[in-house]
Amino acid sequence: MNLSIIKITFTFRELIQIAASGVMIFGIGLMILGGFQILENKLLLIQNAFAYSSVGFIIYWLSSYWGKPAGIKNDGVWFKAVSSRKWIAWLLAIVLTSFYCILYWFPEYLGYNEKGNTGFVAFFDPLSYYLKNKAASQWFVYGVLYTWAILLFGIKFIIKYRHSRYQILRTLSVMFFQTAFAFIIPEFLQRMNLPYHDYKNIWPLNYYFFDGWHLDEMLMNGKIGYWMLMSGILMILIGSPILTFLFGKRWYCSWICGCGGLAETAGDAFRQLSDKSVKAWKLERIIIYSILLFVIAMTGGVIYTYITGELYLLGISTDKIRSIYGFAIGATFSGVIGVGFYPLLGSRVWCRFGCPMAAILGIQQRFFSRFRITTNGGQCISCGNCSSYCEMGIDVRSYAQNGKNIVRASCVGCGICAAVCPRGVLKLENGTIDLFNRVENPYLKNPPTTNS
Amino acid sequence: MELTQRKIGKKGMEQIVIVGNGVAGITAARWLRKLGDAKIYVISSESAYFFSRTALMYVYMGHMLWKDIEPYPRDFYSKNRIDLLHTKVQSIDFQSKIVLTEGNKPLAYDRLILATGSKSKSFDFPGNHLKGISSFYYKQDLEHLNQISDSIKHAVIVGGGLIGIELAEMFCSRNIPVTMLVRETDYWAHVLPEDEARMISRHIQDHKIDLQLETRLQAVMGDETGRVNKIITDKGAEINCNFVALAIGVVPNIDIVQNTHLECDHGILVNEYLETNIEHVYAIGDCAQLRDPILGRKATETAWYIAKAMGKTLAHHICQQPTAYQQVLWYNSAKLLDIEYQVYGQVPAQIKYPLNSLHLELPNGRQSIRITYDHDTKVVKGFLLMGFRFRQDVCERWILNKTVLENVVSYIRLAFFEPEFYKGFARRYMKKFNIEFGKSAYLKTRGSFDSVLKFFKRSKKKESDESEHN
Ligand SMILES: Cc1cc2nc3c(=O)[nH]c(=O)nc-3n(C[C@H](O)[C@H](O)[C@H](O)COP(=O)(O)OP(=O)(O)OC[C@H]3O[C@@H](n4cnc5c(N)ncnc54)[C@H](O)[C@@H]3O)c2cc1C
Ligand code: SF4
Ligand code: SF4
Repeated sequence: MNLSIIKITFTFRELIQIAASGVMIFGIGLMILGGFQILENKLLLIQNAFAYSSVGFIIYWLSSYWGKPAGIKNDGVWFKAVSSRKWIAWLLAIVLTSFYCILYWFPEYLGYNEKGNTGFVAFFDPLSYYLKNKAASQWFVYGVLYTWAILLFGIKFIIKYRHSRYQILRTLSVMFFQTAFAFIIPEFLQRMNLPYHDYKNIWPLNYYFFDGWHLDEMLMNGKIGYWMLMSGILMILIGSPILTFLFGKRWYCSWICGCGGLAETAGDAFRQLSDKSVKAWKLERIIIYSILLFVIAMTGGVIYTYITGELYLLGISTDKIRSIYGFAIGATFSGVIGVGFYPLLGSRVWCRFGCPMAAILGIQQRFFSRFRITTNGGQCISCGNCSSYCEMGIDVRSYAQNGKNIVRASCVGCGICAAVCPRGVLKLENGTIDLFNRVENPYLKNPPTTNS
Repeated sequence: MELTQRKIGKKGMEQIVIVGNGVAGITAARWLRKLGDAKIYVISSESAYFFSRTALMYVYMGHMLWKDIEPYPRDFYSKNRIDLLHTKVQSIDFQSKIVLTEGNKPLAYDRLILATGSKSKSFDFPGNHLKGISSFYYKQDLEHLNQISDSIKHAVIVGGGLIGIELAEMFCSRNIPVTMLVRETDYWAHVLPEDEARMISRHIQDHKIDLQLETRLQAVMGDETGRVNKIITDKGAEINCNFVALAIGVVPNIDIVQNTHLECDHGILVNEYLETNIEHVYAIGDCAQLRDPILGRKATETAWYIAKAMGKTLAHHICQQPTAYQQVLWYNSAKLLDIEYQVYGQVPAQIKYPLNSLHLELPNGRQSIRITYDHDTKVVKGFLLMGFRFRQDVCERWILNKTVLENVVSYIRLAFFEPEFYKGFARRYMKKFNIEFGKSAYLKTRGSFDSVLKFFKRSKKKESDESEHN
């Protein structure tokens, strides 16, 4: 069906998309009007704002994929301005980085005020009161938006990859962990006057876990606080190594982690922007392991101070180091650059170059894990889809076309390389028998054929 | 002058010239470098660097940029001392061992490898001189298509093969309405068995492509500017369109050696060592035609894997002991719009005695499996998968080890190569087997990766035991 409006023809699909965009913009409009206090701040307003924009968003993506057979949907990725580093991408990057700068360093511009919020933060007050009987903070606003983004873009991702159960389950998992563990449980804890705690946020990604104030906070909260501390430490020492041994680092990076969750869902449109050059790989290793050393040193210092009460270790203020880390890595790298630069550098910049948790899991994945990506015989046609869509910038093709398995520290096991491969060459696999031989393709050692 | 300069090089160093930088030529060059120290030139007029021909479509569809379909970084060649010449070979003087490139520049060789690939087939029909008719093989075809794409209102694709369906997918990605003319009763019906061909025909229609079966192109008509504006089919139907894509197959590209001493049939004739009738001249890839293909196989197999295997074999042959090219077990794969297709071994379009097959199509109409077997011995001969990925190596083992159907079906999960959490069809397939053969066999593995590894260990052990025995 075609409708003609002033000489421009719209298809039925486009008309629905336009209508859906209208609904979404209406919702966002309510948010803005609420933020400027033009409409009265009530729970109903915020509910409406979120409902309209969510419904609009979901209808938009449903109608985009509706009626099209399930399959890989990468048509026009490099033609669209948003996903090919053209003007929209730049605009978006500027908006996002500005948002992060304001959030971290100038929350008063969002309306945050301890004595009584105004502006955008105040707009979230009713919701915050509803959930935990406290006024909103800029972090509450951020948490809501972050969870909302993962949920909405997660739905979009599931519609897009509806032919792959691996992708669906993985996305449901990050949506669940973000909503329950990063949002609802911590809010609930706060409502009960217990400390904020995100169980899935593990040291060293959670770099303040061993900070004095945080340890105190946990230790002062009886059994629950003690449980938080112990579960955190057990996860670092036992849970994480076992899970990484069994499944590779993906159990965390693309099934649980919030940073990964946002990258996989909201960042999906930008995965092809990652740099695949060997140079980028070298840079990646230098930076990520430096940050790992940094966080270990920083944490060591902080614990030293906590135990001994000495403020200086080797003549350096541990608190100073701690705040440098928080500023440079915790805020600037993981937030401003990590998310703000999605549209320019791809969705996993933080996970690839920065995250010390990824560094630890990666080292284990490389040397002591059952996980690898196997290549299927001599099927590879060197097309390059796998490398292009690897968000971690791994040149998957360079392995696949030589019939080698992929065992790389940085691989987060998102499975997209396998999904986009038009020849079914790649499969994510866990095997114990060839634990230390995973790079070798087990079949090719004694190949029935002479290919690849 | 250039000739002598080039020829001298390092003393005693052999100079190998490769014509064609496709997968055959580049694979040969790579392995020649791995195995030896010759001076290597690769000449191509099409592109400065090797690219994946199979991925041309993805550039058109906007999945990738041009640089993404180049399998090696550009400095790979200089690092490996492979000299790339972006020029056309005009002629070859086999007597004085000289290749003449554009502008009559000579280049001497000690050994010459011809890897000139294919070119698109064409045929005579009224109107074939009109603007807006083209085929799809070269980088230049892609560029041309990119240029005129915006002006295409309706495209007609002639031919129901792999390139035809790729073109259909390409046009769909840009919302250009497509009509596909297919000679056979179903899409690719001369290669796929009926059920599979039907499935793909349906799938093509699901993509809102106008699929016209048992229809041929009769004539093409043009407008006053000389551009196509409609076609006429052999059924007399007229279809308005302003672009016609010919995808009726490829032929070996042997223009530069026609009318020379080099023996050719439709391709350049080579023996099992990929040697032509002239000493130190070889041919590999799509342009080569085997003098003695093995029974049931074609003399020219135009596939990526074949070209790659030939390039590798030839390099070993030149640098090490004589190595024959063997037509190993046939396999191929493709993606037909959204349905992946894989074939291992023998699965002809017509399955006749002594071949038989066990076929299962899932209710979604997008997935199926067919295993062919010898009717008398029940030994498995081939696998054909639609919309489902199988492990090539497991399938090959089964075929080479002459495994019987019952064993294959009860261990079928070893072959599954789908992403984790897939919905398999092992139970249904087992049931179908039991009904068809009146048996009560059962599934014997859950198909974990460790069990696959064990399977390989076992079958390797079996193999080495057997060879000791002999
Ligand atoms: C659109 C398309 C999709 C395909 N998809 C698949 C697939 O999915 N799976 C599969 O197995 N196969 C596929 N094929 C076939 C596969 O691409 C070929 O079998 C393979 O590329 C052959 O490699 P080659 O090296 O022999 O020749 P080519 O890749 O054709 O390379 C030959 C090169 O030699 C150059 N050349 C020729 N003559 C001269 C001269 N006189 N001077 C200089 N240079 C010259 C040509 O310009 C060309 O660059 C596809 C082919 C096409 C066109
Ligand atoms: S290699 Fe594959 S699974 Fe690993 S991060 Fe890259 S795309 Fe994801
Ligand atoms: S996507 Fe598949 S066929 Fe293409 S290069 Fe990667 S592994 Fe090879």
